Amino acid sequence: MSGPGLFFHQFRSDLARFWRNPQSRYFTVLLPIVFLVIFAGIFKGNTIVEGQLISITTFYVPGIMTLGIISASFVNLTQAVVTQRESGELKRLRGTPLPTSVVICSRAAVGVVVAMVMSALLLLIGRVAYNVPIPGSTMLGLVLAVILGAASFACLAFAVSRIITTADAAAPATNLAVLPLYFISGVFVPESQIPRFLRGVASIFPIKHLAAAVREPIIHTHGTGISATNLLVVAAWGIGALLVAARTFQFSPRAA
Amino acid sequence: MSEHVVEVRGLRKSYGEQEVVRGIDLELQRGEVFAFLGPNGAGKTTTVEILEGYRSRDGGEVSVLGEDPACADHQWRSRVGLVLQSCTMPAELTVRELVELYAGYYPHPRPAAATIELVGLTEQRDARTGHLSGGQLRRLDVALALIGDPELVFLDEPTTGFDPSARHHAWEVIAGLRELGKTIFLTTHYMDEAQTLADRVAVIVAGQIVAEGTPATLGGRDRAISDISFVLSPGASLSGLPGELASVAKLRDGRVHIAAPEPARPLYALTRWALENDEHLDELTVGRPTLEDIYLELTEPQEPSR
Repeated sequence: MSGPGLFFHQFRSDLARFWRNPQSRYFTVLLPIVFLVIFAGIFKGNTIVEGQLISITTFYVPGIMTLGIISASFVNLTQAVVTQRESGELKRLRGTPLPTSVVICSRAAVGVVVAMVMSALLLLIGRVAYNVPIPGSTMLGLVLAVILGAASFACLAFAVSRIITTADAAAPATNLAVLPLYFISGVFVPESQIPRFLRGVASIFPIKHLAAAVREPIIHTHGTGISATNLLVVAAWGIGALLVAARTFQFSPRAA
Repeated sequence: MSEHVVEVRGLRKSYGEQEVVRGIDLELQRGEVFAFLGPNGAGKTTTVEILEGYRSRDGGEVSVLGEDPACADHQWRSRVGLVLQSCTMPAELTVRELVELYAGYYPHPRPAAATIELVGLTEQRDARTGHLSGGQLRRLDVALALIGDPELVFLDEPTTGFDPSARHHAWEVIAGLRELGKTIFLTTHYMDEAQTLADRVAVIVAGQIVAEGTPATLGGRDRAISDISFVLSPGASLSGLPGELASVAKLRDGRVHIAAPEPARPLYALTRWALENDEHLDELTVGRPTLEDIYLELTEPQEPSR
């Protein structure tokens, strides 16, 4: 099989595995939708984001999209990679002629594709249930933010997989890293309500910047919607993570 | 070096200060089943992983299918099949999906259905691997090792944890591989497995090969002296035996063992002594040492727990 043929051969199988895994279905697909419904149901009214008065649901749709992207490309991918490594599956794959680049890229592609599907789904639910506008000309910026965000967080997943030693620890550990950041990064709570110090802390990490880059094309409806500075910060994290992963990634179980 | 499927000269490997493989030589002929035996920690898995291309070596020459596995390429990988010591299968995929997935990795795969049939999983082909038993999973593992139609197959403890009937089924599968002309490098803890399957065995102890031969001749088994063995009645002791026997008798696992180059004479002495002393010689056996006896003898001094 040719390179691209081999990639799609592997990708189809990896995508089927994602979808058939109950944990993936509930935590990666269902949970963000539940979050959107709950947040939009509890909180009513308007809020001020970046000096603009918007309805609270217009704030939550991009926020939960950010959570959906990170769930798919970071939390789920880390768990998938650690599980495959600790079960000996990655080691076994290394013993076949399948290039390791295909193993890695296929898994990462599952994270990116699921992130895109989740973003589209949340956007659609926002439009139908809460009348949140779907971007027109700014769609370019939104698509770019979703893809770049998912790719960068996929790189982060490969980078952190090294320090997580058991499959059971993967989901708690990654959630422990991202959950507090969701609260201070303008995902669950508008930034205008977050103390200045915590906002400063959040701006070191990529979640705040991804959330801003996803929000921008939804609340500002003209232009390209590309939030260049935020995207650059996210991409820098992704590239840094990729460099770390290239040096530290392991195929054999840590236990062995 | 390419006449042999596997050729190893003076292989060495250390982890830190400890040298775990201390200069071993191996040769495998095309089409033979070779069993590599040794206690845990003897350097068995390290050696196999060097041959499989998973580990680097510190010294010696290694040629597997005419190439150095340390710089193996995809083409070489497609000629080698692996069953690793432990591997769980992706629970979300069915037997057929997984076999077909792996078939796609190889340039000239065997037919998926025939390979599933070979390992006896045709009935389970549409079951997700999460629903298979341990024995079935291991057989699936063998199917994945064979799907690329390899010339050489490494089987690392393929039946560990099997119940007896699953083990016998697995043996049939492995015997079937021999029929296909594959060269098989088998590691195992089970002497009956080596006895049944292997054309040749080698025993590694503390990083060195201490014996090599066919299962029938290993450690001089064919020339080995007979073993007369029985259970001593309560209260009796080895010192009660007639002089010519007492000096060669040994007590092991509650049985008396007498090594006899030629059994007629010691047996006569023993039975005469038994009749005179009203000993029953319960469970009397006369036999050649089993492969397991030879193996235990070879590996015993290195295992302080015994």
